[in-house]
Amino acid sequence: MNLPVTNKQGGPPGKSGKWGKHVIEEARGRAFVYFCVLLMVVTIFSIVFFIASRGLTPFISQGVSVKDMLFGLKWKPEGNPPLFGALPFLFGSFVTSVLAALIAAPLGFCASIFMTEIMPKFGRTALQPAIELLAGIPSVVYGFVGLSVVVPFLRDVFPGQGIGILAGAIVLSVMILPTVTTIGTDALRSLPSGLKEGSYALGATRWQTIYRLILPTALPSLLTGVVLGIARAFGEALAVQMVIGNAPHIPRSLFESATTLTSIITLEMGNTTSGSLHNNALWSLALILLLMTFLFVFVVRMLERRVKR
Amino acid sequence: MSAQGLSTNNLSVFYGEKQAVKKVSMDFEERSVTALIGPSGCGKSTFLRSLNRMNDLISGARIEGEVWIGDKNICDPHTDVVRLRQRIGMVWQKPNPFHKSIYENIAFGPRYHGVKGRKQLDEIVETCLRKTALWDEVKDRLSQSGLALSGGQQQRLCIARSLAVQPNILLMDEPASALDPVSTAKIEELISELKKDYTIVIVTHNMQQAARVSDRTAFFFLGDLIEYDDTQKMFTNPSKKSTDDYISGRFG
Repeated sequence: MNLPVTNKQGGPPGKSGKWGKHVIEEARGRAFVYFCVLLMVVTIFSIVFFIASRGLTPFISQGVSVKDMLFGLKWKPEGNPPLFGALPFLFGSFVTSVLAALIAAPLGFCASIFMTEIMPKFGRTALQPAIELLAGIPSVVYGFVGLSVVVPFLRDVFPGQGIGILAGAIVLSVMILPTVTTIGTDALRSLPSGLKEGSYALGATRWQTIYRLILPTALPSLLTGVVLGIARAFGEALAVQMVIGNAPHIPRSLFESATTLTSIITLEMGNTTSGSLHNNALWSLALILLLMTFLFVFVVRMLERRVKR
Repeated sequence: MSAQGLSTNNLSVFYGEKQAVKKVSMDFEERSVTALIGPSGCGKSTFLRSLNRMNDLISGARIEGEVWIGDKNICDPHTDVVRLRQRIGMVWQKPNPFHKSIYENIAFGPRYHGVKGRKQLDEIVETCLRKTALWDEVKDRLSQSGLALSGGQQQRLCIARSLAVQPNILLMDEPASALDPVSTAKIEELISELKKDYTIVIVTHNMQQAARVSDRTAFFFLGDLIEYDDTQKMFTNPSKKSTDDYISGRFG
């Protein structure tokens, strides 16, 4: 048998097999992918390490106690003695994010149902692009709109100045609507089609099918969207900062000024010098944000595991 | 014709421009099994789905002609489709239990239709599981997910589920083609048992299955009903040549 020896296509393993073109190609491809992954991992770890090393300094060597920061009510970093109570920020971040999710979740679920069950064609061609457009609007624009539309509206209808927790939550809810809706729509689309047919064949109405079968079955995935939405709201700084009023205290009503972790960092970071206690305390806030994000990711993982079961 | 008799009159189904079923007229015998056979794409599944208006769910599907159940033409646009489907159970090729417990899978339909009492539901669940010979296998784990069952058990669960809303007619679209031989035998046994109480229409690709379980057989080809007769006669002495060719495996 006289097979032509060729290495162009890799060829049969022959004398030159060890360093054939395909072997080099494989090695080059693998090296490239490994390099990219390594770069990514190193970046992530150095960010985490940097934030942690700065954020832990106040607790380790500058005499601030973790308890005072997490539960303290007064934030006076330049006072004498300096106080680093971050509870108002934590409270503001949590309440605005969760409120935003409470507003966005029903809207997003309904939009998902509309796009998958009720008018799939219109949903795909008109509603989905419109909602995806929401995701592309810069947050400063959201803040601006919130300041000139939401805040005056709240001022007219409710007591107070209009700025505050509720204004922040409303602006955030619009911002996270695309996340909730997109993930929800994907979840509903990926349900096995036999499920719906099975329900209709039992004589169920469309509403019964949606309410009693589709929503409960897709619930873990829908909640994944909500949690990712909360995570996004939690990390959003600019738009909230523009409408929330930035008063470092725990508000007693939805219409009182408050502030969030992110806005206090953006507001104060320019006025501190690197390495100072104040600056490091802001890093501690960043560390808290990071840990919260980890928590959200963890929750999402748990939900996904429930979907797979 | 009695109050529950099922028949079609010049029934045509179109998907857009394409005609999938061409003017089929059939009478189904009550409390017996009718098998629909024919090569893939011959319109038998489409025909089956039009018997309980499931084709309504497919956009672009259009029905002409009549389907009679008793003295009602169910193709009439004023038909209450929800009531109709309650009276006609359906089972698919791929078992599609709900992502719920075995108990809830069965109780689901009755709940839709307003059965609330725990005792009543318990009773329905047990009756339906017994009818499908599943009771002894699952009675100790009714709260487990229906998805945890084997394929054959899932299919029997789906049959039990459709019985729970007390239909008179059962439509089965290749109910055993995704199952192993043992499970298939169980489903066939079940079908023979169920025909004492229900009118059953079954689509199957398996000639032996049609011969084993059905009383009457209809052969479809390219949307036309070619021949419809007693199963015995269809398999031993069909009157059309193409029926004979298909049954003996010369085409299709």
